[in-house]
Amino acid sequence: MPIQLDEVAVSVSTADGDLALLHPTTLTLGERRIALVGSNGSGKSTFARLLNGLIEPTAGTVTVDGLDTRRDGAAVRRKVGFVFTNPDSQLVMPTSLEDIALSLRRTIKDKDARRAQARNILTEMGLAERADTSIHALSGGQKQLLALAGILATDPDVLIADEPTTLLDLRNTQLIADRLFALRQQLILVTHDLDLALRCDRAIVIDDARVAFDGQPADAVAFYRELVGS
Amino acid sequence: MSQLLIGAYRPGRTLIHRIPAGPKLGLVALFGIATVTVPGDWSALGFLAFALGLALWVRMPVRATLRALRPLLLVIVLVTAFQVWQKGWATAIDVVAGLLASVIIALVFTATTSIDSILDAITRGLGPFRRIGVNPERVALAFSLVLRAIPDIFDIAQETRAAAKARGLDRSPRALLVPMALRTVARAYETGDALAARGLGDD
Repeated sequence: MPIQLDEVAVSVSTADGDLALLHPTTLTLGERRIALVGSNGSGKSTFARLLNGLIEPTAGTVTVDGLDTRRDGAAVRRKVGFVFTNPDSQLVMPTSLEDIALSLRRTIKDKDARRAQARNILTEMGLAERADTSIHALSGGQKQLLALAGILATDPDVLIADEPTTLLDLRNTQLIADRLFALRQQLILVTHDLDLALRCDRAIVIDDARVAFDGQPADAVAFYRELVGS
Repeated sequence: MSQLLIGAYRPGRTLIHRIPAGPKLGLVALFGIATVTVPGDWSALGFLAFALGLALWVRMPVRATLRALRPLLLVIVLVTAFQVWQKGWATAIDVVAGLLASVIIALVFTATTSIDSILDAITRGLGPFRRIGVNPERVALAFSLVLRAIPDIFDIAQETRAAAKARGLDRSPRALLVPMALRTVARAYETGDALAARGLGDD
């Protein structure tokens, strides 16, 4: 699903004047797997949040399949799911089953059907045993899986994952990464993990609130390594 | 990790679990009204015994329930002292036992009713108000988020207290209250973003 950024810029007002969070950017995101890499504070998350309307551009337009994120925000969010770095921010119901059921409320009105579907989704994610478990009692990896399941339950066409493995150990990083790369949805992955970036079809390096490189993942990773001097 | 029971549904098969969420919520409200309107220390103790009986029946864990009631301790001590000073022991027992009974019944409600059922009940109950502009789905979501926020805010308070203690500031109210308020607001924003990311609250 094509996502189009047309002269998109984001800035905030500060005591010292306007601070650019993203300089004017024009590009199209059409590949199946796209990585966004860059240092902390470079503007990656701002860029990612623009794509489903969590942030509105100060200038320019972002369109998803022809829908403007500013004008058609709700419709865009139904097409573009977003997984946050910290799953604790994303899990809003007391138990795993209820959290998935919350995502299904808009599409499945019957309670029993909704709960049955929520159980199916948990089973697919390998969390069936944890259906009635408090979200506080889940491990970090299970929480991130549940957060991912909660978004996938809304059946988006595009999934944006903002550093979904940053808080996880190696085993859980592998688990989440394998799930993400097996999805049928278009994936836009914000990551510090360059191995994950290399698995994508395209990689964009963001630096100092602008697109510094856009191209093949191997070239982008080499560019980024040189940029940060490693 | 939250030690509170509020918002913590415990699946079960008791009669209390099987009562639909709407009527159950009505019964909770009636119980609360009864604890206030029926006078006398013996009746208040009766309400308390009834609430405790229900808690045992639905197998609420005793330790966790006591932990959930611990934050109430200061309120209970202050209310008891004030009532004893103003009106004597009988009134103090009446007020405090009624208060405890109401809180325990609320815990029984949240322990035996899934949030999903509560959302459905509120959405159905507020359906007729749709024609005057009320959005039942949004009100129901707000109600469930309040239940979810209570243990979250206690978690934030505990984490903030630990952070202040680590810096030797455990006796500074400012070191506790300011970061706690800021983190609570930040959590509210995060929750809003999380709901928006699922397309909830947009309708």
